[in-house]
Amino acid sequence: MAAASHPGQEFCGKPPLLILSTRTSETFLILSIENLCVTRGERPIIDGLSFNVGSGEALVVMGANGSGKTTLLRALAGFIQPKSGAILLDGHSEDARISDACHYVGHLNAIKTSQTVAENLSFYAGFLDDTLSQAEISDRVEDALARFALDRLASVPSGYLSAGQKRRLALARVLCAARPIWLLDEPTTSLDQESTTQLASVINAHVASGGVAIAATHLDLGVGPARTLQLDQKARSA
Amino acid sequence: MASHMTDSIQPEKRQSLTQKFANPTRFMALSGQVLPWSLIAAACLISYALYLVFFVAPDDYQQGQTVKIMYIHVPAAWLAMMAYGVVAVSSFGLLVFRHPLADVSAKAAVPIGAAFTLIALITGSLWGKPMWGTYWVWDARLTSVLMLFFLYLGLMTLRSSIEDELLASRLTAILALVGVILLPIIKFSVDWWNTLHQPSTGFTSSVHSSMRTPLLISAVGFTLLFFSMHLKAMRNEILRRRVKTLTLAEVDRQSRG
Amino acid sequence: MTAFFRLVVRDLELAFRDGGALGTALGFFLMVVAMMPLGLGPDLNLLSKLAPGILWIALLLSALLSLPRMFESDFDDGALEVIAMGPLPLELIVIAKATAHWLTTGLPLVLLAPVLGLLLNLDLASAPLLVTAMILGTPAISFLGAIGAALTLKAKRSGLLLALLVLPLYVPTLIFGISALTNQILNTGGAGSSLMILSAVSLFALVLGPIASAAALRAQMQ
Repeated sequence: MAAASHPGQEFCGKPPLLILSTRTSETFLILSIENLCVTRGERPIIDGLSFNVGSGEALVVMGANGSGKTTLLRALAGFIQPKSGAILLDGHSEDARISDACHYVGHLNAIKTSQTVAENLSFYAGFLDDTLSQAEISDRVEDALARFALDRLASVPSGYLSAGQKRRLALARVLCAARPIWLLDEPTTSLDQESTTQLASVINAHVASGGVAIAATHLDLGVGPARTLQLDQKARSA
Repeated sequence: MASHMTDSIQPEKRQSLTQKFANPTRFMALSGQVLPWSLIAAACLISYALYLVFFVAPDDYQQGQTVKIMYIHVPAAWLAMMAYGVVAVSSFGLLVFRHPLADVSAKAAVPIGAAFTLIALITGSLWGKPMWGTYWVWDARLTSVLMLFFLYLGLMTLRSSIEDELLASRLTAILALVGVILLPIIKFSVDWWNTLHQPSTGFTSSVHSSMRTPLLISAVGFTLLFFSMHLKAMRNEILRRRVKTLTLAEVDRQSRG
Repeated sequence: MTAFFRLVVRDLELAFRDGGALGTALGFFLMVVAMMPLGLGPDLNLLSKLAPGILWIALLLSALLSLPRMFESDFDDGALEVIAMGPLPLELIVIAKATAHWLTTGLPLVLLAPVLGLLLNLDLASAPLLVTAMILGTPAISFLGAIGAALTLKAKRSGLLLALLVLPLYVPTLIFGISALTNQILNTGGAGSSLMILSAVSLFALVLGPIASAAALRAQMQ
């Protein structure tokens, strides 16, 4: 049974509001998951899960392999239709798809090896936010690469990157287009300690500026104060 | 709006009606009772039709004895198309209503439909040899039935080449629906292209009643045979799925100690 | 619209950069056409009569070669997931990708066809009609092909399966593509109606292809 533990239900994960913010959204967001059930074939993967996350919160989803972390994130991203229950995004216009408010970084890095590092990011920046001008895109890409210490590799074909560098490039995508909710599936895969720290600081800054970050991991992310959602191994129907 | 109202007023009646078909257990019980009777009826009708064909119905004054192929060919051609109708409706049911039995029905109907299509093609070509002097002509009717056969093959191959059964059934259903839309277009294009086959006369009055009666009986018999085989195949598929579920559960139990 | 345009441009860039695909298709087209006179005999009259059919069939087969790639690489490396998170519905994403496929495969093959027609003693005067018919007809190859490409993403032996699924769908295009030319050659007129039906089939494919492909992609991204 998937059990949600809410240490400090009332926004205790919210960091002090001193940090200079580059607000990603003007309105206060609450993503509410109500009695969510997701099945794979006949087998329930997530069964009756409910929780809320709001602006300025980081939620770390923990659990063993097969406990449904990936399934949960993919359901939030809109890839999987829940069997029942609701995923609601308050504070956002009714007709907007939830996936339009989300960045999703899955297990796969979505990197085109024949393009350079900067080209990869530029495409995603311009595609995911088609209001950006060419100048804004290159600004954002430059900034994103710097935050993940990839700036020196900007013009290198991304096929040459190491596994850790590729992962950082995939994560840098979330800084290219402004979206309030980040869904990160095992973001620290093949990252070293230093890169993990970089990631944590990026997430902290996003959360501090009113964003939401939901990360599935089985390791400690080192993200500031964060709430934890523990998904337990679902007892399979025998 | 009105139908919604009645839905909410009489939920019990509605449910019991749909449940009869939706619930695999109920289906197994029901189909188990129907199956022997429909098989017997099919056997009787087909035997009677064959008796009429060989001992009563006259030979065609032009075609001679070869006209007897018609009594197999026409029902097979009819079932080739009807089976596709069953596949299409079932696929629609699967994609739109997520009906648990719809996929079983679609999966079961495909090979049977393919078999009837093949029978129609083979009997047609055997009939064509004495009539047209060749086993195969590229006329509109033959070509479009051949395309139907390819579509059946595609449905079977697609399903068997995807491991995830759930995914396989959804993708096969999508292909089946694409086929529904494209078949008339293919048919229309080959009609336009070239035609030699006579227009379908099957059950119309242009065929003399001494031939039409056995043809009708044969068609009804084969249709019953199709539905019996379809029911039987659906039962087999449901049992196969149950066995699979049990096996998986057993593996699960073992792995957890 | 910007997003759509950017996706098409990116697919074109990737197609040219990964290279190979276009060269393979054009080379295969040439090979199939070149084998035909060897199989049919060098009778020029016969060849010029069969030329439209040979060219169309060779074109269909060549276009088939690059179809599996339409979604495969983006699906395998996760890019399709990210693209699906963008502002475009999946149907428009399919249209963008099929358009890029047509621009990188269909169009170059069409432009090569009259040149190969010379090998088959195709009347030069009918070359403009051949190109017109092929330009109107080949979009159907990309858009109906998208259905097959999407359905076989996770299939074993997907290349062969793709041919089995897609070739029957190409029958109308093939028939009317050829009839546009044979009518001309036999001086029976009526190329106009064939061209109109050819365009109608392409327009129909433009609607059906994206809907069916998007449904197939959605099922596989679960």
